[in-house]
Amino acid sequence: MKATVLALAALAIGVASVPAVSADLDKAVNARKAQMALYAWNLGQLGAMAKGAVPYNAEVAKATAEDLAALASVKGPTMWPAGSDATAMPGVSRAKLEAWSTYPAIIEKNDMMANASAALAAVAGDGLDAMRGAVGPVGGACKSCHETYRAPKN
Amino acid sequence: MRRGGWRWGVLGLALALSGPAAAGDAVRGEAVFWMAGCASCHADAAAEGDARLIQSGGRRFETEFGTFIAPNISSDPTHGLGAWTEAAFVRAMTEGVSPDGANYYPAFPYTSYTRMSDADLSDLWAFMQTLPASDRASEPHEIGFPFSMRFTLTFWKWLYLDDAPVITVDAGLERGRYLVEGPGHCAECHTPRSVLGGLDTARWMGGAPNPDGKGRIPNITPGAGEFSGWSVEDIAYYLETGFTPDYDSVGGSMAAVVSNTARLTSEDRMAIARYLKALPAVQPE
Repeated sequence: MKATVLALAALAIGVASVPAVSADLDKAVNARKAQMALYAWNLGQLGAMAKGAVPYNAEVAKATAEDLAALASVKGPTMWPAGSDATAMPGVSRAKLEAWSTYPAIIEKNDMMANASAALAAVAGDGLDAMRGAVGPVGGACKSCHETYRAPKN
Repeated sequence: MRRGGWRWGVLGLALALSGPAAAGDAVRGEAVFWMAGCASCHADAAAEGDARLIQSGGRRFETEFGTFIAPNISSDPTHGLGAWTEAAFVRAMTEGVSPDGANYYPAFPYTSYTRMSDADLSDLWAFMQTLPASDRASEPHEIGFPFSMRFTLTFWKWLYLDDAPVITVDAGLERGRYLVEGPGHCAECHTPRSVLGGLDTARWMGGAPNPDGKGRIPNITPGAGEFSGWSVEDIAYYLETGFTPDYDSVGGSMAAVVSNTARLTSEDRMAIARYLKALPAVQPE
């Protein structure tokens, strides 16, 4: 299953050399940001429990973590067109050109996120400590990709 | 107070009495290793997880003074620290002097490490000796005149090397201050420098130009700082997971820092956060 997801993700970025018109590039970046916003939303619900800002709820934690894992499996075959990087679209895209020029290295980061969020979904309903512990590797996967492939804000 | 020769007298006596077997605790030393962020500079930039324990050096740091290349500090006896003594290690960390007496450039943050406790240094040394050896040869820094004259650093150290705490804090915040001002060496990036490259303590943690690229290292003081809306819990959680209060994630050079702080105890992350919230506010320039 995972191999299939990764193969499709590989295909997704692999076909990214197909040229697209500018408006489509904007929309592709927006679509990527929408996916990131959904990650942030779901992580925010789990993080609020982990920080103690809201009480832990096993049912909500489990369903939220499952949504997160589902998001990590989004294939987005046309979401990463060539030319939608931070160099080509300054102020719009923060995805570094390296994501394309060193492809398929980025798939390893995708793999980290898929594994970490699946592991989180498996234990998020088993208690606060189990959930807390499994959020860390998800943060690590986000960080690992952003460290390498995201350009600074300013 | 400056670290003086008396310390070496005491240490020498202690070593003479106890012999080199009076080693630090390598288990505690691992915690110190992550506090001190050694791997941020000395591990390969692409290393993840336990590969960050390989202190082979080689990362390049381009600055206005020239390019510094992190040396091999692995346990290799030829290319790393394997043949060093604990006394030589402690002297390097707290006085910025190599075993053969040469000054280190302060890209190696001994101006912060000089505040580390003797026990932490001893434990760290014990841990460093357990790390894998790398036979990668260290390369010379690429530094132009006049900064290539290392003896001038003796004067620079007289100006800037001081193991006294920077900020006066209330009782209960000493641990956080120790972690941030000592091993954590946060100020090395977050505090601006004078023309001579010393930290401007009047603008402590007030943000600075990024020495290693474009953009700015942010102001992390409360009040006008960019993170004034963050709670103590927000800061501690960021240092644990890399998530901001908006659940964006850490990136850039801070990502490697969070890889270290994620390995601290939650008490230490909270201590860091409480100290940062207690800092004097620095207004934006």
